[in-house]
Amino acid sequence: MVEERSGNAAICLEAVNKWFGDLHVLRDVSLSVQSGERVVVCGPSGSGKSTMIRCINRLERHDSGRVAVNGVDLDESTRNIQTVRRGVGMVFQQFNLFPHLSVLRNLTLAPMRTLKLSKAAAEERAMAYLERVRIPEQAHKFPRQLSGGQQQRVAIARSLCMEPSIMLFDEPTSALDPEMISEVLDTMIELAENGMTMVCVTHEMGFARRVADQVVFMDEGSIVESAPPGEFFSTPRSERTRTFLSQILAH
Amino acid sequence: MRWMKLLLAVGLSLLLAGCASSDKWGWYVISPATKRGRINIEFLLSGVGWTIGITICCVILSVVLGFVLYSLHLSGNRWLSFLYRGIVEVLRSIPPLVSILWVYYGLPVLAGVDFNPFVSGTVALSLYGAAFMAEIYRGGVQSIERGQFEAADSLALSTIDKLRYVILPQALRRSLPAMGNQFVIMLKMSSLVSVIGLSEVVRRANELAVTEYRPLEIYTFLVLEYLVLVLALSALVRWVERKLGADEHDPAAAARPGQ
Repeated sequence: MVEERSGNAAICLEAVNKWFGDLHVLRDVSLSVQSGERVVVCGPSGSGKSTMIRCINRLERHDSGRVAVNGVDLDESTRNIQTVRRGVGMVFQQFNLFPHLSVLRNLTLAPMRTLKLSKAAAEERAMAYLERVRIPEQAHKFPRQLSGGQQQRVAIARSLCMEPSIMLFDEPTSALDPEMISEVLDTMIELAENGMTMVCVTHEMGFARRVADQVVFMDEGSIVESAPPGEFFSTPRSERTRTFLSQILAH
Repeated sequence: MRWMKLLLAVGLSLLLAGCASSDKWGWYVISPATKRGRINIEFLLSGVGWTIGITICCVILSVVLGFVLYSLHLSGNRWLSFLYRGIVEVLRSIPPLVSILWVYYGLPVLAGVDFNPFVSGTVALSLYGAAFMAEIYRGGVQSIERGQFEAADSLALSTIDKLRYVILPQALRRSLPAMGNQFVIMLKMSSLVSVIGLSEVVRRANELAVTEYRPLEIYTFLVLEYLVLVLALSALVRWVERKLGADEHDPAAAARPGQ
C-alpha cells in the first residue's frame, strides 16, 4: 500500500545508511510517509530513531541512499536543503527555544527573516498560533519564565509559524515532568486531527494508539516492523517488538 | 561603593606609611600644599588623557578587528579557518613590546611613512589585542548548545541570520566577562607605549622621577593612577554586564536586591 505510491510521498527514505565513525547507526532504512499520514517511531535508545528523523530535515547528513521530502531530494545543494527545511517543522526534546528572545520574537524571527513577512503580519500569525497552543498570555515573557510544558508548546507554535506541511517530533515529552506531558500531547493530537503530516519519535504509546496511522519499530539501526497501531500492539510479528512492548507496557 | 573604599584604604595606608617613616618618604614632591608639588601633580596627571585615549582606541579597534579576524573562522571554509589559526598564532606570539618597537621603528623603513607614537602604539596593541578578542569570540560561540544551531537550522534561517539573531547575541553576552578582563589587560599594556615616547602616565612619571630624584613617591602615585583607572574600567564593564543581563547565572548577582 505504501511502496507503489512512494513517488509522490511527503517523505521518502530509500535504503538510507549512516555511520558515526565505525558505528553503523542507520542500516538500509526505507520509509514512506504520505501526505496527512501520522507515523510514530519507537524503539530502544540507540536504535537510530532520532537519527532517522533528523535525516529528514538534514540535521544529519545520510551517507548513502535517498531522502526526498515533498519531491525535493536532499543532497549537497544548499538550496534544496533550505527548501525542505522551509516545509518541515521540528520539535526537540530540549525545546531549544532562543533564550535571549521573548516568546513572541522566538515565533516571529524565522517568518520575518526567511519568509520575508512584515513585522505586523508575523506577529499576527504568531499570536494566532499561540492561541492555538493556548498560551497567548505568555507572548511577552522569556522562555526561562515558562514551565517545561509551556516552553514545548511555544516550540511547537514556533515551528507552526513557518506553516510547514510536515512536523517532526523528536521525543517531545521526554524532558517534561509527568504532569506536563498531557498538555503537550493534547496539542499534538489537535494538530494530528487537523490533518498535519507528522513523524513522532516517542514512547507515549497511548498517543500512538490514538493518532498514528503507522507505528514503526526500530532496533539497532533498522526498521524491524511497521504496522497500523491496532495490529502493532495486538499481534506484533517480531520477537524483538514483543520484548520491547512488554518492557515499556509492563507498568 | 566597595571599590571606592578599597581605594581609600590603599591610599591611606600608603600615606600612613609615609608619615611613620618620614626619613624614607618625601611626599613634598607631589604635595598639593606647595606650588612645586601642584605643578608636579599636574604634570603627572597630564599623561592620563593619553593613557585613556590610547586604551579606548585599542579596545575599539581590537573588538572590531578581532571580529573581522574571527569571521574568517566563522565562514566555515577550511582554508579561511586555517588562515585564521595562522594569524592568531603569529599575533599572539609576538610580545607586545616587540611589536610596538617593530611598528614604530621598522614599519616606516618598509612602508616609507612615519607614524607618530600614538598611531604606532595603537596599531601594534590593537593587532595584538585582536588575536585575543578573536579567541574570546570563538570560545563564546563554542559555548552555545548544539540545540540552538539545530533549532535555527530547522527553521530554515540562513547561515548569516542564524549567527546574527540566534548565536552571536548569546555568544557575545557570554564573552563579556572575558572581554572585560582583556580590556583591563589592554589598559595596562598601554604603559608599553612609553618606550616610544608617548606622553602617557608612565612616560610622565619617568620624566619627573629623573628630574626630582623621588622615584618612590612618583611611582607610588603612578600605581594609584592605574588603580583608579582599572577600577573605573572594571566597574564600567560590570555595569554593561548587568545592563545586558550577562550576569544571570552569576550566584553573586542572584543575591543582589532589586533584580
